[in-house]
Amino acid sequence: MSVFGEVPQAAPVAVFKLSQDFNNDQCPDKVNLGVGAYRTDEGQPWILPVVKKVEKIIVQDEKLNHEYLPILGLPEFRSAASKIALGDDSPAIQENRVGAVQCLGGTGALKMGAEFLRRFYNGNNNTKTPVYVSAPTWENHNAVFANAGFEDVRPYKYWDAEKRGLDLAGFLGDLESCPQHSIFVLHACAHNPTGTDPTQEQWKQIAEVMMRRKLFVLEKDAWAVRYFVSMGFEMFCAQSFSKNFGLYNERVGNLTIVARDVDNLKRVLSQMEKIVRTTWSNPPSQGARIVAATLNSPELFAEWSDNVKTMADRVLLMRAQLKAKLQALGTPGTWDHITEQIGMFSFTGLNPKQVEYMVKEKHIYLMASGRINMCGLTSKNINYVAESIHDTVTMVQ
Amino acid sequence: MSRPSSGRGETRVKRTGCAGGHLPALDDARASSPEARLLSAFRRDAQHASKVYLGGREYYSEDGKTFELPLVGKIKRQLSADPTFCPEYPSPLGLTEFTRRATEVALGENSRAAVESRVLGVQTPSFTAAVRLGAELLRHWTDVSAAWCGPVYLSSPCDDSLAGIFQAAGIRDIRQYYYWDEQQRCICLEKLLEDLERAPERSVVVLSASAHYPTGADLTQNQWAVITQLMTRRRLLPFLLLPAQALCFGDLKRDAWPVQHCASQGMELLCAQSFSHCFGLYGEAVGHLVCVLKQNSLLLSVKSQAVKLVRSLWAQPSAGGAHVVATVLSNPAHLVECQGEVRRIVERCMLIRDILREKLRLLGTPGCWDHLTQQSGLYCCTGLNDQQVEFLSKRRHVYLLPSGCLNVSAINGHNLKYISESIHLALTTSP
Repeated sequence: MSVFGEVPQAAPVAVFKLSQDFNNDQCPDKVNLGVGAYRTDEGQPWILPVVKKVEKIIVQDEKLNHEYLPILGLPEFRSAASKIALGDDSPAIQENRVGAVQCLGGTGALKMGAEFLRRFYNGNNNTKTPVYVSAPTWENHNAVFANAGFEDVRPYKYWDAEKRGLDLAGFLGDLESCPQHSIFVLHACAHNPTGTDPTQEQWKQIAEVMMRRKLFVLEKDAWAVRYFVSMGFEMFCAQSFSKNFGLYNERVGNLTIVARDVDNLKRVLSQMEKIVRTTWSNPPSQGARIVAATLNSPELFAEWSDNVKTMADRVLLMRAQLKAKLQALGTPGTWDHITEQIGMFSFTGLNPKQVEYMVKEKHIYLMASGRINMCGLTSKNINYVAESIHDTVTMVQ
Repeated sequence: MSRPSSGRGETRVKRTGCAGGHLPALDDARASSPEARLLSAFRRDAQHASKVYLGGREYYSEDGKTFELPLVGKIKRQLSADPTFCPEYPSPLGLTEFTRRATEVALGENSRAAVESRVLGVQTPSFTAAVRLGAELLRHWTDVSAAWCGPVYLSSPCDDSLAGIFQAAGIRDIRQYYYWDEQQRCICLEKLLEDLERAPERSVVVLSASAHYPTGADLTQNQWAVITQLMTRRRLLPFLLLPAQALCFGDLKRDAWPVQHCASQGMELLCAQSFSHCFGLYGEAVGHLVCVLKQNSLLLSVKSQAVKLVRSLWAQPSAGGAHVVATVLSNPAHLVECQGEVRRIVERCMLIRDILREKLRLLGTPGCWDHLTQQSGLYCCTGLNDQQVEFLSKRRHVYLLPSGCLNVSAINGHNLKYISESIHLALTTSP
């Protein structure tokens, strides 16, 4: 009799299943708009030239220390990563109340933040503290917080499907009505999956409510982060270097901690160490070394900024072209949101039936939510995609 | 600190108060683990010339530094020049070639379990992460709605982080079974069996497959046979540990014999491995968890649960180190070269044990020191008691783990004399 006899089959992870279905599709015109990684115009992953350069330097380095990294990670990585989130001149950094934990990608950073908050925030082991994640959000957010023990993970209003934009009133409403001390997970920049971010003015409004109602801020990835810090918030910021360094496979993440003072920070970090110790113990070194070397050297930093601009420019170009083509085709509906949204992802506004049509009839793979990865578009397939969206929207309601 | 001007009608925040939800004022958890405290004390010790740290986790070469196997360096350079190398998100379960080889090296080639598709292999960011994933899988093994809470049995002594890992996964009932006998300076099988006999059915027993940490004392094949018989009869699940595979016998497969034995007995088991030590790939995510099931019909469910759990822990493991390991393990010539290098490491450790024993004998140190050479792997349990261990750190600046155990590789030509003399003094100086 197996001890695992009662284990139920878990539902497949949607984005992986999508990739699998895409791979099995024999149609020559197929397009994959589902995956969350950058692609070149040839549809290939891209190793940033600066990363290749730094990797070579590391591999030739005879003097490299081959020990386990400290539990909290590579010090020069942690400080560089926090600086890039908060700004070099951040008063919080100068006041020595900023610390960081190197983590296994953005997910690892969220996990560490979640585990800490469950143990120590709003009482000890208070698993009933509500955790608010945006509606919609990256589907793994729910799992990370639930698995950390939080019993009450709820959505806050974010995406307005009618307007195809931010539902600010709904968002602020949820902030006003939520229980005090609730935890809010905010996307500081390039919201996944909608690509829709609050404006600076809107962030100010959001911050004001959060401050007044004593809500805890956990941010993903920027202006919003710096603003909250300047308003005196204590907070966690989960960062990922997977996309902006193309280091998807090296799992480079950072949890930046902004605490009230030096002493408080020390205690928080010591507890974080305990949590890390029982999860992965020592983080992997390769990715962190690459990022640290790049961020800490003025020339490499400049080269990296340039590489990032290459990626960003291509995304912007695809956005502009897709919108233009849809408008030229006279596709019903408004398409401004495609160029107004930020980052790799775009919420097209296609409904589940339309998405299904795109997948089955057009062999264009996108998430059921209507999210597309702009990088899946290339100069070769953009016409086909635009025409397909046009057909879908006119045929399927 | 600059503030938005009040002219814009924004709320001022007092410097001492805090906006939003507070991080709590916490107890100081600094240096909470005995190991961390030890390292702290060592770092603060001002006796720079003579102080010696014998509590480290890595293999140190004769010059007191960790190093990368030459073969590994070569392969890393090859891989970095490889134009086909693809920076994709790896699968949550890790690199396929790595998990395949890692599983093979744990269970042996063409093991019945693998042939019958009853085996799951998952790459993890580290050995700790492998144990954590195993613990998380166990939490849900009986019933997804009612989390299983234990008991889990750990050897006495054991790695002090193990209990914490199971607890972090929500398994609270942690117990110990008798293992190292301080008087006899060896494993006491009788007491071990007594403890296991009393364990409730469906308990999980964490057993070191080889190179036990921190004692270095391993079970013999005969002892394994007796233990597995008991465990099968009492329906206890083995969770085998291979944190330093190959560092016991200098042979990857031989170190894994206990795992193969359990599998050949038709047992279900979990096994956490790490290739850090045998490749000098510390902190490069070359951990692995093997799960052997009784029926292949369960494989898909357990695999899907593993993916779900990994997604909420670290999403995917990092790839670099796993590529290196997979490259070596899949190439017979590389494998021979690697095992050769590992054998040299193992021989050096054995030599150090031998020389230390000899030195103590020559000094006329009281007691019998045969256990030093009977143990294997990186760690060694000296048998020194608490006062003697404290004497060593406080008076001689020689730092052993609180259990009296030490990392053999940290002893070298420069410090051997001082260390042996210190041990001698610890045993002969009246308190």
